[in-house]
Amino acid sequence: MFIVKNKKIFISISATLVILSIVSLFVFGLNIGIDFRGGALTEIVYTDSRPAQADLDLALKNLGIGSVLIQPTGSTDSHGRPEQGRETTGDLGYIVKSPDLNEEQHSLLLKTLSQDGKSMLEEKSFNSIGPSVGRELTRKAVIAIVLVSLGIVLFIAFAFRRVSYPVSSWKYGLMAIVSLLHDVIIPIGLFAVLGHFYGAEADTLFVVAALTILGLSVSDTIVIFDRIRENLKNKIGNSFGETVGKSLDQSYMRSIFTSFTVIIVLLSLFFFGPESTKYFALMLTAGMFFGTYSSIFLASPLLVLIEQWQRKK
Amino acid sequence: MIKRLISIIIVLVLGSAVVFFVFKSEPKLNSNFETQSYFFKNFPFRLGLDLSGGSHLIYKADVSGVEKGEISASMDALRDVIERRVNLFGVSEPIVQVQNAGFVSGGEDKLIVDLPGVTDVEKATVMIGQTPLLEFKTEAPADTPRNATVDKDGKITLDIQSQFVSTGLTGRYLKRAALEFDQTTREPRVSLQFDDTGTKLFAQITKDNVGKMVAIYLDGAPISTPVVREEIPNGQAVISGSFTPTEGKQLVGRLNSGALPVPITLLSRQTIGAVLGSNAVSAGVKSAIIGFLVIALFLILWYRLPGVIAVLALCIYIAIMLALFKLLPVTLTAAGIAGFIISIGIAVDANILIFERLKEELHLGHTVAEAVSAGFSRAWSSIRDSNISSIISAIILFWFGTSLIKGFALTLGMGVLVSMFSAIMISRVFLSGLVLIGENKTARFLFSSGLSK
Repeated sequence: MFIVKNKKIFISISATLVILSIVSLFVFGLNIGIDFRGGALTEIVYTDSRPAQADLDLALKNLGIGSVLIQPTGSTDSHGRPEQGRETTGDLGYIVKSPDLNEEQHSLLLKTLSQDGKSMLEEKSFNSIGPSVGRELTRKAVIAIVLVSLGIVLFIAFAFRRVSYPVSSWKYGLMAIVSLLHDVIIPIGLFAVLGHFYGAEADTLFVVAALTILGLSVSDTIVIFDRIRENLKNKIGNSFGETVGKSLDQSYMRSIFTSFTVIIVLLSLFFFGPESTKYFALMLTAGMFFGTYSSIFLASPLLVLIEQWQRKK
Repeated sequence: MIKRLISIIIVLVLGSAVVFFVFKSEPKLNSNFETQSYFFKNFPFRLGLDLSGGSHLIYKADVSGVEKGEISASMDALRDVIERRVNLFGVSEPIVQVQNAGFVSGGEDKLIVDLPGVTDVEKATVMIGQTPLLEFKTEAPADTPRNATVDKDGKITLDIQSQFVSTGLTGRYLKRAALEFDQTTREPRVSLQFDDTGTKLFAQITKDNVGKMVAIYLDGAPISTPVVREEIPNGQAVISGSFTPTEGKQLVGRLNSGALPVPITLLSRQTIGAVLGSNAVSAGVKSAIIGFLVIALFLILWYRLPGVIAVLALCIYIAIMLALFKLLPVTLTAAGIAGFIISIGIAVDANILIFERLKEELHLGHTVAEAVSAGFSRAWSSIRDSNISSIISAIILFWFGTSLIKGFALTLGMGVLVSMFSAIMISRVFLSGLVLIGENKTARFLFSSGLSK
């Protein structure tokens, strides 16, 4: 009952976090990756020693292939700590960001980076994406977001079609969606912060993470709503608030545990997994965490709040 | 009671069979892999480009010069040309796909080429862009020395190339080819139409070579060696032979694709070095193992006996998934592995829902047996509903995805489906069997969970 009694506090915490996320999204913006805007990313590693960045900067500026940004890949990770036990480009590599390149420009770039063959280098990866491919992906992403949201809203409406007293079923659906938005907006805000301070790029996986959060986090909410549904049927509790409070007491542990197991694997993926899915794992972890928070501390308390307003009218 | 024991044994045997299969068919786990039968060698994990290293190229096809109804045909022809060119590099399992213009994909027809293991894309793109070479050659004079090679077993191979000499007639002079059927025998045959210069050249060649073979070469290899029956002055040639209509159709496709049917430009390319890929694989495996161990520890410590069973069910779940990856096969990407790892976390959800329910029923004073059965039936509605939303996301992601994302959606979606099966069926069989232990303090302790005694 603790949660229902203190619902206003918990709802305010969520509201604050959501507002903060939206603010950081507007202030920092998302660091849109080349998947969406087009461009090229070249990762190279020198065999012997790495030429000074300033020398390369100058040479690349005169190439005439547009603005080229060059970053050393360090022996430190994003927190400034030395990387351990991981195969990285070490002290010898650079990541080169440029507009999308055709074959000629690409060879020219490599030639310049190798200082006309004086510094031996190996190209670890090269990724060049034309602007039209980026536009296509953006369009697909928007369509996918709309479809997933629509699919889940319809599903929630369907899943709660039978619970209509004392709060009508569409309101359960609405609350589930409110908590869903909460679960997605906070990781996106977090990602904006990560993008600003650590250079995390919003790429295809970012969109996938957002869509996966939509799918995963709603399941927690459903577990608890399912319990409320059952307790309403069995007439447990004297008031709606009490029924919800009891349902929460009965089911918050399993809601936490089901998310906990997913968070375990996500953290394992973040700490030990491939480089390319790091931010993906981090964003999903945030999504799962706030998803659990919202199904316990936001969705159900909001239901009680709505029911109270209804009675006052 | 015997029935329950039998079900347990069946599940265990089937589970072990799946584990055995995964183990046997994986070179890294099986030290005798080389001596295994063909069956086991035939099911490796299929790794996507980002893990195996290789190149991913996207071409835009300019179909503005093609009539609307013909676009899809010429795109298919384009795919065939490129596929053939790519096969020439000796790339293992190249993938060439056509992506038609549409509302979702935008207004461009595209060709997507995946070249596993190819990192020298410079060379590859040059070759892909080149016009294929179609040549007509005639038999060399009988006294020409023929090249033959003798291999170490003493077998003599005659080099067929040296039998023919170039004529100067190439695909440049071919107007078109078509598949037709012989009016009397109904045999399929391929008709060729040369342009003006080609007609003159062909007439000369056929006149000089009646009764001899004329070889048709594609990219330096003979694709057909018909025998000339008479001089052909009108620039029309017919290749008849013992081929099926399908083979004939293929040949027509090949001949018509002497040049790229539509101009293409490279839109984007991704190249991933093999080292980067294999690092990603080992990191993925490592994180999967660590994730699994932590979950197993948690389940056993918190849920005791049911927890052990959940871990067993989870092992079988993992084996089933790995076997499916091999058998279907599923192309694994970094995102795909992530999807699989996440699915391990989701797979135990159903067990947790059941066990929490079980605990509750025990508190209400039911016997262990009653609690187990109620735990399963009462938890089902929440398990079903909570998984459907994940499946919805997975389906839409699969549709949305580029090939790398499809891998994620596929492994996650499969994971949710298989885990519903493994949690419900496998855990249930084991748990209802263990109920036979009886009803006493120890049993109640073993079936309880958390910090309670």
